[in-house]
Amino acid sequence: MTALGFDRRRFLGTATAIAGAYCLGWSIPARAAAAAEGGRELGIWVVIEPDDTAVIRIARSEMGQGTLTGLAQLVAEELEADWAKLRAEYISPDENLARQHAWGDMSTGGSRGLRGSVDYVRQGGAAARSMLVQAAAARWSVPAAECQAENSRVLHGRSGRSLGYGTLAADAAALPVPESVTLKSPAQWKLIGKAVARLDTPPKLEGSLVYASDVRLPGMLNAAIAQCPVFGGKLVSFDAAALSAMPGVRHVVAVDDNSVAVVADTWWQARTALDRLPIVWDEGANATVSSADIDAWLREGLTAAQAALGQRQGDVAAGLAGAATRIEAVYSTPFLSHATMEPMNATALFTGNALEVWVASQNGDAALAAAAEAAGLDPSQVKVHKHHLGGGFGRRGQQDYVRQAVLIARQIPGRPVKLLWSREEDTRHDFYRPATQCRLQGGLDANGDLVALHARLSGPSILASLAPARLAGGVDKVAFQGWLAEEFGYRSIPNLLIDHAVRNTHVPVGFWRGVNTNQNTIFMECFIDELADAAGRDKLEFRRSLLARSPKHLAVLEAVAERAGWGTPAPPGVFRGLAQNCCFGSYVAAVAEVSVADDGKLTIHRIVAGTDPGHAVNPDQIAAQVEGSFVYGLSALLYSENTVKDGRIVEGNFDTYQVMRLADMPKVETVLVPSGGFWGGVGEPTIAVAAPAVLNAIAAATGRRVRRLPLKDQDLRLG
Amino acid sequence: MIRLTINGQIHQVDVDADTPLLWVLREWIGLTGTKYGCGAGQCGCCTVHIDGVAIRSCLVPVGSVSAAAITTIEGLSPDASHPVQKAWLQHEVPQCGYCQSGQIMAAAALLAAKPRPNDADIRAAMTNICRCGTYQRIRDAIHSAAELGKA
Ligand code: FES
Ligand code: FES
Repeated sequence: MTALGFDRRRFLGTATAIAGAYCLGWSIPARAAAAAEGGRELGIWVVIEPDDTAVIRIARSEMGQGTLTGLAQLVAEELEADWAKLRAEYISPDENLARQHAWGDMSTGGSRGLRGSVDYVRQGGAAARSMLVQAAAARWSVPAAECQAENSRVLHGRSGRSLGYGTLAADAAALPVPESVTLKSPAQWKLIGKAVARLDTPPKLEGSLVYASDVRLPGMLNAAIAQCPVFGGKLVSFDAAALSAMPGVRHVVAVDDNSVAVVADTWWQARTALDRLPIVWDEGANATVSSADIDAWLREGLTAAQAALGQRQGDVAAGLAGAATRIEAVYSTPFLSHATMEPMNATALFTGNALEVWVASQNGDAALAAAAEAAGLDPSQVKVHKHHLGGGFGRRGQQDYVRQAVLIARQIPGRPVKLLWSREEDTRHDFYRPATQCRLQGGLDANGDLVALHARLSGPSILASLAPARLAGGVDKVAFQGWLAEEFGYRSIPNLLIDHAVRNTHVPVGFWRGVNTNQNTIFMECFIDELADAAGRDKLEFRRSLLARSPKHLAVLEAVAERAGWGTPAPPGVFRGLAQNCCFGSYVAAVAEVSVADDGKLTIHRIVAGTDPGHAVNPDQIAAQVEGSFVYGLSALLYSENTVKDGRIVEGNFDTYQVMRLADMPKVETVLVPSGGFWGGVGEPTIAVAAPAVLNAIAAATGRRVRRLPLKDQDLRLG
Repeated sequence: MIRLTINGQIHQVDVDADTPLLWVLREWIGLTGTKYGCGAGQCGCCTVHIDGVAIRSCLVPVGSVSAAAITTIEGLSPDASHPVQKAWLQHEVPQCGYCQSGQIMAAAALLAAKPRPNDADIRAAMTNICRCGTYQRIRDAIHSAAELGKA
């Protein structure tokens, strides 16, 4: 196991920069000695050290979303551990493999980090507690029922005796792990629901946290990669001899059939040399595709006869035909790269019959499998060191960069090689949020009630590209995220049709924080506002009537409306917009307050964002995720887009792929209304309501609807 | 051979004078707290202090700073006791943390130049990108750090 975040070892004073010494005094934190913990492991989730420290094992990945701390809270709650005497450690994918996936699914996406493991990790904590209690009872020769665990001690109330967990651990570890345990009821929780400090913060303040891109190993080489700029194109040839005079260059290698890498002593040398490497690509059939072609292909899907069915209720054609008022609108959103702050990277050491990799991945198991396959080794011959991610947002659920690092290292046996992508490669070789268009048609009766709604999506299918096995009869359920029957709040619409014309392109698509709930919620919530306008009704009152059969949706919406003062006058020049949805298992809503100046300048003043995640594990971390999700969602609304020219992504760095900075940051107020009884996601849900709430506020301010994103370069002015 | 003063220590580095300071710090000296995010002066992940001023080290040729005092995140304080680091902890600013070395260095330079910055000062000085979206807490933490710095 790799100790997380507690390695305060510093480079100060140890770095002795000398000529040619490019790899200096640093090693990966030592794996906890198996022998030392072998006798103190209580079940699989908890190890107790002699000084009472509870080591909580973590199988999911920490990428900033706070899952590490949340999982530790869940285990510690049942363990009755003293939060001050606790440490979290990653379980490595090779340990998970060796023990038949005892630690479950390592994949960290879909806001499932906590909710996907909440039962078994709590059971793990409870089992360990029960073993400690039994060990104490045996020492004292009293019934276990007379003993109680608290703050990392077991107490015997009648005799006033107590023993620390550290003292009991070896005895407890010798006991069988109980097969069934009783979990605490929510009323008994002390740690769940508490805003404890994150466990991983201190090293992030000192620059001492070792991200995967910071790994330094003895003899390590560094690789820079160029991938065929056109998706689907191939590497034909490169002229390595042209780099013979470049300093530090050791190897120039074909990585696979569409990429080439320069391997040098330092990454800077590799990157500089790569820029001068003559490369011949076969750009293939996609080399003429542009954004205009993709737009047209998607537009055609809006009225196509064939479409995959999401939801149907009543008869939408008849409903629309009989409506007193009909409106229609087409919305469109672009491809978006993830732009994690830390570019893709991985380090690999191949020694013929063994492989070690150092990675930041949202899925440790998948990273191991990809590494083994690339090395041509059995998975049991692979060791994976997990590092905290410098951002994930769905991008690091794909293992392409891990595979590449191994393919390079395989050609240089015995030398560790770190592959780091440049920012430009990172932007241009992503799995993009699918560019999507949506045509919405709505019909109102004479009372202004919504009687028919058809939402036709047109765009690429993520599952078709990444997980075709998950397509159900050709239908990509993920395309309907936020509109699935169990999520969709507007149940009272009598005639409803939601369908998807799958329009795949050559641009790879993938899971991008919030995934398809981003654009789906924009489409639906903006159009609901348009319908309310057409009906001459207040936006909140109109939604209330539509959410009459969805009390949880409505409760969150009411909570944000109340906090924001919906229905009361906004400050002069400031206008409000609403949005709501349910996704990733949580109910979310937001009110945005914006102003649009005479010159068209938009200011987002305030966001009131609400979420009902069922049980709230760490309120402060939930607020942090709400704030962050708005930044990610509003970046996309305001600035970001990936366009295609000559088959390739045009944008390369942050000058062209623009994102939000602090100057644009509104005040975000989080309204947490956990209703209990379920465990909803946190990292993603609120992103869904970020853009539509702001778009609706802009429309309120200007009287004009913007239906094409992003807003940059568009004139928001009145008229 | 280029002579550098980093966090109060002298280093001699045999490196091309055009090499960006960022890569000399990370790859030659081994100070990896300073991060690469864009290499183009866009993101601020690589922010260090050069003679007390916040500079994006990815655009600084190492040969140009041989006479300067360079401070990296590792040298900001011996024990994370700089008011900015304390305020960052108090506000739980970092998420993934990757941008935070640069954010902290930018904030520390701002406070050194302007001990009581207002929101407009913060907006103007804090142009580093954070993809996790910690801007609200950065803003609040800078105000707290200003208070801590006063004491
Ligand atoms: S790495 Fe220097 S500004 Fe981004
Ligand atoms: S904390 Fe992750 S990029 Fe800023």
